[in-house]
Amino acid sequence: MRLVQGNEAVVWGALASGCNFYAGYPITPATEIMEYMARLLPGRGGVFIQMEDELAALGAVIGAAWGGMRGMTATSGPGFSLMQEHIGYAAMSQTPCVVVDSQRVGPSTGQPTMPAQGDVMQARWGSHGDRPALVVTASSVKEVYDTTRLSFEWAYAYRVPVIILLDAVLSHMRENIELPVLPASAELASPSGDPELPFGSHPFMPFSAATRTIVSGLAHDESGATRGSGIGTANEQILKGAIRQIENDAPRLARCRADRLEDAEWAIVSYGITARTARSAVDLLRADGVRVGLLELHTLWPFPEQIVQALAQRVRGMLMAELNLGQLVLSLRAAAQGMCPVSGLGRADGELFTPEAIAAAMSAEIRQIEVGGRMSHHV
Amino acid sequence: MPNLRTLAERQAARPALGSGHSLCRGCGIPLVVRTVLASIRTPVAVVNATGCLEVASTRYPFTAWSVPWLHVAFENAAAVASGVESAYLALRRRGALRQNFTFVVFAGDGGTYDIGLQALSGALERGHRFLYVCYDNEGYMNTGVQRSGATPRAANTTTTPSGATSTGKAEARKNLTEIVLAHRIPYVAQAAISHLQDLSDKVERATHSEGPSFLNVLSACPPGWGYEPRDTIAVVQHAVNSGYWPLLEVIEGHWRLTVHPEPRESVGDWFGSQKRFRHLFDGVDVDLLASLEQTAEAEWQRLAEMEARDRDWFASPDGARWGLSD
Repeated sequence: MRLVQGNEAVVWGALASGCNFYAGYPITPATEIMEYMARLLPGRGGVFIQMEDELAALGAVIGAAWGGMRGMTATSGPGFSLMQEHIGYAAMSQTPCVVVDSQRVGPSTGQPTMPAQGDVMQARWGSHGDRPALVVTASSVKEVYDTTRLSFEWAYAYRVPVIILLDAVLSHMRENIELPVLPASAELASPSGDPELPFGSHPFMPFSAATRTIVSGLAHDESGATRGSGIGTANEQILKGAIRQIENDAPRLARCRADRLEDAEWAIVSYGITARTARSAVDLLRADGVRVGLLELHTLWPFPEQIVQALAQRVRGMLMAELNLGQLVLSLRAAAQGMCPVSGLGRADGELFTPEAIAAAMSAEIRQIEVGGRMSHHV
Repeated sequence: MPNLRTLAERQAARPALGSGHSLCRGCGIPLVVRTVLASIRTPVAVVNATGCLEVASTRYPFTAWSVPWLHVAFENAAAVASGVESAYLALRRRGALRQNFTFVVFAGDGGTYDIGLQALSGALERGHRFLYVCYDNEGYMNTGVQRSGATPRAANTTTTPSGATSTGKAEARKNLTEIVLAHRIPYVAQAAISHLQDLSDKVERATHSEGPSFLNVLSACPPGWGYEPRDTIAVVQHAVNSGYWPLLEVIEGHWRLTVHPEPRESVGDWFGSQKRFRHLFDGVDVDLLASLEQTAEAEWQRLAEMEARDRDWFASPDGARWGLSD
């Protein structure tokens, strides 16, 4: 066991996943990820580059992926905003990469050292156009490690940019976890071992290889060609295929943890650092005899609609607690399809919730539904 | 030109950047800001990039500024200043505004050499009239000492850690002053916090130039460079007196050195004054120190040649227009 910082757990998870390329730019509260990478990667045969800004950071990661390396970057809100163009590009060109966004209060410079969960919708919809999205989060240092490992696996399985949402508290928090013994030096991802197919027919290989490879953010067909009649249809097919693949696998991808939901009449739904508080809120409410449980989401996108629907059918009400002014509650409400009332509890002032605040909000919702709920249903 | 006493009196009478900021003990940035702003007699408006100065001068619920101050983001100070200056000119044309304003940008080396370079280049090319002051402390100090394009070769930072496989930063610093110069703006200079009269004189000339002007001012950072806060001025003096950081100005393309240290100290004295270069003296890589010394010497000779080339211009009526008495 070792006392490990959240940001450090990202680095260990990445190295254990074969990450051998990191390009980044300093920003609180994600900087330590870059600093650990700067220390660890060069000695392991990997590449560390500090770039001149966040545009360049993700650009280099995409370039490295096409050069045959397994890359990632990490940032926070302002840098994540700058990366949106490249996230769209990675989706368009089906480039696997991992992007960590340690969320702080926004918009703009906001509160650099304070936690938030305000980038949830940006992580899904931040770049223009339609694209497949895989966005994951965690609520403990151990989960940060596991989530990072999973993210690399998914990035390569689905050929998408995978986004890991952390926050200022989780990034800087330290917990005892068991770390794996890493192989002595980073094993360079071999392009020849397991050829992957970027556009359906062409193997994914380094640019230095002899094969003619066309990679473009322009609309393209499966050969990478960007011209010709019907290119719009061809490109739509590729995007639809990528989106459908994730939709089809949504049950497998939708990771979450059910806590005391077996007999629950009421459910708190939460994710990331807020889920820890919500767990304590469930303790408080249970002590008062309230049959409440917690659904903690690890995968945010694709949103776990089926799990939420099943829950909505059997509880009397749900509460979403999140550190923003009402983002993922919209998806929760949509997925509940009116089967039970869904309320939201949010804040964006840089502070975490207290368990008491979440418990009070749940109690208020319960009171409202039990006393006035019938009436409001009739209205 | 105002002497240091006058500048101190102006600063005391109406501090543009007052007390109440939370910059570190021994930080060079307040010296840069106060000297620059006390040297300007018109009303000023300040645009500030993200960085130490921005966060430390505006800690809620306080502000250390008594002049109009606008912070937007890390990468865009020069773009925002372009907008402010263009709007000001439009209001002047319309007769809606009559005061003469001076627009000053303050940005660190991260916000200038790296992420802000594109915005700076665009603004210089368009010719907006403002004074851009880069307070150069040779790294990303606000986020905890990472390397920047201004970090010198061999410096230890958290992203260029010196150790078994590394002698600190592997690359030489970017010559930003000459990048700016390539835009052919009328006034470009390098200054340092150890030579405030020189800095003030340069501000005076910069603000009288028609078009953009640029000052690259060597600041200092006790935690980032590894020295005692009380030694800030002495450390920067080493940079100037050794020729590592030449104090120069380029006026309408003509070069001159404004301080000629006699005799010049060894560049080793500058490296030796800071812990970030400690590994240069552990005997492992003696060639590196020697090569850094050679590079600095060659650079000084190059500048001396440029100065000799342009000496006649400074003595000419064209040069005299800039109020250069020596």
